[in-house]
Amino acid sequence: MARKKRNSGAQKLLLLQLSCAFFAQSCAAITPKHESCSPATEVLQVAPNIYVRPGHAAVVFEADEIANLGFIVGDRCVAVIDTGGSVAEGRALDCAVRTITDRPVCYVINTHVHPDHLLGNAAFVRPGVEFIAHAKLPRALALRGDIYLERASAYEGRKLDASGIVFPERTVTGTVELDIGGRILTIRAHDSAHTDHDISVIDEKTKTAFLGDLVFLEHLPVIDGSINGWIDELDEISALSMDYVVPGHGPPRASWPVAATLTLQYLTELRDQVRAWIAHGGDLASAQDNIGSSQSDDWRLFDRYQRRNVGAAYAELEWED
Amino acid sequence: MMNIPHSTVFGGLLGIANLLLMLAPAAGQATTVEEDMIWTGGLRQAYFGDRPITQSDDLIVLDVPKRAENAAIVPVSITARIPQTHERFIKTIYLIIDKNPGALAGKFHFTPKSGRADLAFRVRIDAYSPVRAIAETNDGQLYMSRRFVKASGGCSAPAGSDLDAAMARLGKIKLKTHGEGQLAEPVSAQLMISHPNLNGLQMDQLTRLYAPAHFVRYVKVSFEGEEVFSAETSFGISENPSFRFFFVPEGEGQLTAKVVDTKDLEFSQTLDVAAAGDQQLALD
Repeated sequence: MARKKRNSGAQKLLLLQLSCAFFAQSCAAITPKHESCSPATEVLQVAPNIYVRPGHAAVVFEADEIANLGFIVGDRCVAVIDTGGSVAEGRALDCAVRTITDRPVCYVINTHVHPDHLLGNAAFVRPGVEFIAHAKLPRALALRGDIYLERASAYEGRKLDASGIVFPERTVTGTVELDIGGRILTIRAHDSAHTDHDISVIDEKTKTAFLGDLVFLEHLPVIDGSINGWIDELDEISALSMDYVVPGHGPPRASWPVAATLTLQYLTELRDQVRAWIAHGGDLASAQDNIGSSQSDDWRLFDRYQRRNVGAAYAELEWED
Repeated sequence: MMNIPHSTVFGGLLGIANLLLMLAPAAGQATTVEEDMIWTGGLRQAYFGDRPITQSDDLIVLDVPKRAENAAIVPVSITARIPQTHERFIKTIYLIIDKNPGALAGKFHFTPKSGRADLAFRVRIDAYSPVRAIAETNDGQLYMSRRFVKASGGCSAPAGSDLDAAMARLGKIKLKTHGEGQLAEPVSAQLMISHPNLNGLQMDQLTRLYAPAHFVRYVKVSFEGEEVFSAETSFGISENPSFRFFFVPEGEGQLTAKVVDTKDLEFSQTLDVAAAGDQQLALD
């Protein structure tokens, strides 16, 4: 099967320029020139020694490079946060790391189970690399791994085996601190929100946080955990002192806590509408057919995911007392 | 768009499909013939033998989304086009999803006391598949309303909800009525059951073992001791099963739901239906 055409180089360059023009001066495009590995993906430095590989809004298994990925370079080693939708994407990210630093990768942190964030893991399986995720991620991955492999195989046009699914070696409940040399990373396991196993990573030195899909920009937020939990979690983390965040989707860097505003508004409005629909005795199908959003023009993929979100919200909220 | 590969069984039958395609009178029917090969190739015979089935939307109308955003929770609704009278009523509706493991999602039974044989619930759909609702009338006639749904992976994937919250509520039942109620008229009611409805198809990749099936297999709803709705259900029904149906309260009384799962756990719930004024019902 023919693969979807990747973005042309010109489009990518445009994406980088736009992203950097939009944000502050520390946001600089890095194009690796190192030849020891290839191809390396383009990354942006969003804070000192913190890099992001920007994704673009698209449907999983219909495109490459969907999620924002990143890495933080310490004096001792490198922490990678999310690995992309395929082994090839993971390798290109790994290559970008090696063109920027000679420090080894010591941690791969998966913010959650979704394949556009996690299927690049296999590119980092080697001695010295520890995979870290939320304590509930292994269960989610066990339930979904087979279907991810099946769909990734159909998309990539080749048969992927079970080695494509990499489980974490270390799981987190509450918070854990990682020392990567000269900087401390706080790994926080969240209560059910975007999924039931979201993790965020805060670099204490620069007050920059990778929030995974707790925050969406541009790409419509997708509910796969709990709409109530997600709203509560965003309220709670809004109080955390962070200067900048890297959302799971959208621009590579955004200000905090304003970055959470759109996701929070979308979810709150959706919850109000679905609750009202249930209260008036409306069923699931009619809710999906009728509930829209005042923000429908502001989000990409709205038509693709709105009905799904209404369904997820309905299935949760109908059990409220 | 992603291509969904045909199953091997399907592939093996393609020769026959091509033959049938040549015989099909119109191009529009060609797709249907190919889509229906599991049905014509044995499913129909298994459930209904040689009994005649009228394919039309004259008796019941099946409503499902053409494309399901979440294959683990696909809303299904069936609307009856005749009232339930003692002389003529819909006795049973079968819901069959050809390509699901265990194609029969459920058999739903109605009585004249149902008032209307309308029904809404949610199913898992594992692959692009025809979905068919087949109604059997009290005099034994069969009518089929057929649709095609594009959905995949609904049986092996969890609904994507908060699993711990769902398990913590296991067996909780909500029974409620909707809208304005009037004595001796059909009233819309809903039975919700908190249950994971594990289908035994979700593999743990660490152990390579399947979580054992554990699902709701029987529900029965009665008003003042008389059955108004019952169902024999399989794991084709989504987690936290929800059924919307009708019943006719001739007077005040109790609506009672009884639920049994495959571990023979029993759950029940009752709802008082009281008269609020002349001919009006106080619902909820």
